[in-house]
Amino acid sequence: MALFLLQRLTALVVTLLVASLVVFLVMEVLPGDPAAVMLGINARPDTLAALRQQMGLDLPAAQRYVLWLGGLASGDLGTSYTYGVSVWELVRERLGLSLPLALIAICLSTALAIPLGVLAAARRGRAADAGVMGFTQLGIAIPNFWFAILLILLFGVHWQILPAGGFAGWEAGAWPALKTLILPAVALALPQAAILARVTRSSVLETLGEDFVRTARAKGLTRSAALWRHAVRNALIPVVTIMGLQFSFLLAGTIIIENVFYLPGLGRLVFQAIAQHDLIVVKDLVMLLAAAVVVVNFLVDLAYAVIDPRLRGGRSYE
Amino acid sequence: MKPFIARACAAALIACGTLAGASTVQAAKDSLVLAMVLEPPHLDPTAGAAAAIDEVVYANIFEGLTRIDRNGAVKPALAESWTVSDDGLTYTFKLHQGVTFHDGTAFDSADVKFSLDRALAEDSTNAQKGLFAPIASVEAPDASTVVITLKQAAGNFLFNLGWGDAVIVAPESAATNNAEPVGTGPFKFDRWVKGDRIEMSRNPDYWGTPAKLAKATIKIIPDPAAATAALLAGDVDAFANFPAPEALAQFEGDPRFTVKVGSTEGETILAMNNGRKALSDLRVRRALAHAVDRKAVVDGAMFGYGTPIGTHFAPHHPAYVDLTGRYPYDREKAQALLTEAGYGDGLTLSLKLPPPSYARRGGEIIAAQLAAVGVQTKIEQLEWKGWLEQVFKAKDYDLTIVSHTEPMDIGIYARDDYYFDYHDADFQALMTKLEATVAEKGRYAILAEAQKKLAEDSVNVFLFQLAKHGVWNKDVMGLWENSPVQANDLTEVYWK
Repeated sequence: MALFLLQRLTALVVTLLVASLVVFLVMEVLPGDPAAVMLGINARPDTLAALRQQMGLDLPAAQRYVLWLGGLASGDLGTSYTYGVSVWELVRERLGLSLPLALIAICLSTALAIPLGVLAAARRGRAADAGVMGFTQLGIAIPNFWFAILLILLFGVHWQILPAGGFAGWEAGAWPALKTLILPAVALALPQAAILARVTRSSVLETLGEDFVRTARAKGLTRSAALWRHAVRNALIPVVTIMGLQFSFLLAGTIIIENVFYLPGLGRLVFQAIAQHDLIVVKDLVMLLAAAVVVVNFLVDLAYAVIDPRLRGGRSYE
Repeated sequence: MKPFIARACAAALIACGTLAGASTVQAAKDSLVLAMVLEPPHLDPTAGAAAAIDEVVYANIFEGLTRIDRNGAVKPALAESWTVSDDGLTYTFKLHQGVTFHDGTAFDSADVKFSLDRALAEDSTNAQKGLFAPIASVEAPDASTVVITLKQAAGNFLFNLGWGDAVIVAPESAATNNAEPVGTGPFKFDRWVKGDRIEMSRNPDYWGTPAKLAKATIKIIPDPAAATAALLAGDVDAFANFPAPEALAQFEGDPRFTVKVGSTEGETILAMNNGRKALSDLRVRRALAHAVDRKAVVDGAMFGYGTPIGTHFAPHHPAYVDLTGRYPYDREKAQALLTEAGYGDGLTLSLKLPPPSYARRGGEIIAAQLAAVGVQTKIEQLEWKGWLEQVFKAKDYDLTIVSHTEPMDIGIYARDDYYFDYHDADFQALMTKLEATVAEKGRYAILAEAQKKLAEDSVNVFLFQLAKHGVWNKDVMGLWENSPVQANDLTEVYWK
């Protein structure tokens, strides 16, 4: 187990280093001067020079890369060009929305998808299966922003029982904050649940045909015990993989949903920073998201090991 | 059992509905949620060009010596009164007394001197440093008097002091105003949830007439569909400038809302690079002016909202001269002029478009109109930074569409390095004369002459004045219909 962990951790660090270099270089190549964007069209050259110096843009690229990396390593993400506050502050505020939203959405989608997928697999070819498959078809086919607008029109505009958008903030209390997250979470969870349910169904179907399930039934386990204790557990690896990917996506890939509900999440921060040429925020955020993906993958690897003891290298089960 | 559950649910729903209704009614009396499309990058109006900064803080949190009111007139603000010397070079301001900043520090002439000196300084990051260029010195002989001496007369000086970029800040808080603005205005800043909203509340120690609202929240909603839903759901009370003109009809038909289409300082123009060979020919520039059907552009690109203009000047200003008839839409005339200039066989020009919809949608329409008279355009869509670099700085363009939103900015045509590449000694002389004239009547006469000169020279194709589409709850009173400066002045807003 220790060797397995060490291998995974080294891979994690190397991936992050390579990512940082790519991110930095891409930002260097981008045209446009952040100072000019900030000061607009009436700015004078001496004003621009003063601001560039203030922002540290006059230093050579290599020096800025090392400074940036050193800052990241010591937890100092730098100061946003446009907002003028520390990037960590910005990210922390946004995480307060994006993390709970992603968690609620993934819980919702898992809670919906796994039972539905297992049900469809267990009742293969029958009405329940057809129903679940129909639902997943719809869930995949409907664009989530369209579904989101539908939810807003129904719950926000017509019935007025939930807010049509915005985020109340946690300091307003848990319930008001959660209330603003319900519709976005549902809009995000549904398509994800549809995908996850299909993966679960096909994976469980595959394991149901395996010898060990028949053996389990033969040694006297009931249908459902064999299903849950043997088939489902063994079918979980692809499901967990997809969940890992979905969670990384939910953290930052939700910009469309964030726009529809005008939520101040991480996705919109990235978008805004790119539009305003706030390069330091873009760099930090892309790194952070890369780190999130890598860490989630690492956790998924660990989860494999928990689910399937054979994957814990370095130990023999013979 | 079943009917009971149904009834219980219905009762619960009704209770929820009443509670929600009751809370909005109570909250509605003295708090307002106003929505904006763009979030300000920071909140210091003295260190950034973004209009969104002024739209939050101007007149609400920060004040200058003078201020611009809803009609564009110059009014006293922190300066109670002033006198101007006969040569127009010395301005003596008498300041209000007993004014404090929101953090409790006292306001006096030293703060004025500090603010103006800071804007003028070598390392100043003021986006409109040019406003302060005429200043030779700022003196504070006593706590309530400020004497500003100018290098040369500047007729627009009092107006310029009313810009958001010229607000008075305190030395104690100047460095942190970008995140926590501290001003002297009727509202004080409470907090900023970045990406979502900015909250402010009534300043109980305000020196002037206190604000009627106890609390104001400015919500950021970039998406037009979300903006519509938020208004319909009652989550926001007002949009000072609604981003989706195509949805206005829906609100006009809804008795819960007031829709006001006002004007802005945004002269939207088809700018021409007067330095390019073809466009340096007056006949070609006039031909293009004849070839564009302004009405069709306003209808097609702006859903009919916008006032056609014939020169670079806001129609709501008293000195405005209507020159829209100077170049009537006339294809034959345009073609004749082009032939005369030697481009009878056609002409190809680049048309570089920044992101706003007036430019992107207007660009397609204008390209079609120009093609009809034999002028082909190569459309290139740019992001703002690309536009600034290529068009504005490097003058690497033939045509572009952009809205000049700064108030009273006719003077840009006298700038030698400006991106139109228009150099005219007569016009520059007019602007010098304008600077030296303080009396209103004389200024208006010069402004009229300047407007006619620009139209005669057909420097750009003047399209239309950008409209401001206000949508708000019918019970909200006192919001600005027009925007003579970039501002959402909430000082006189109240609920009926």
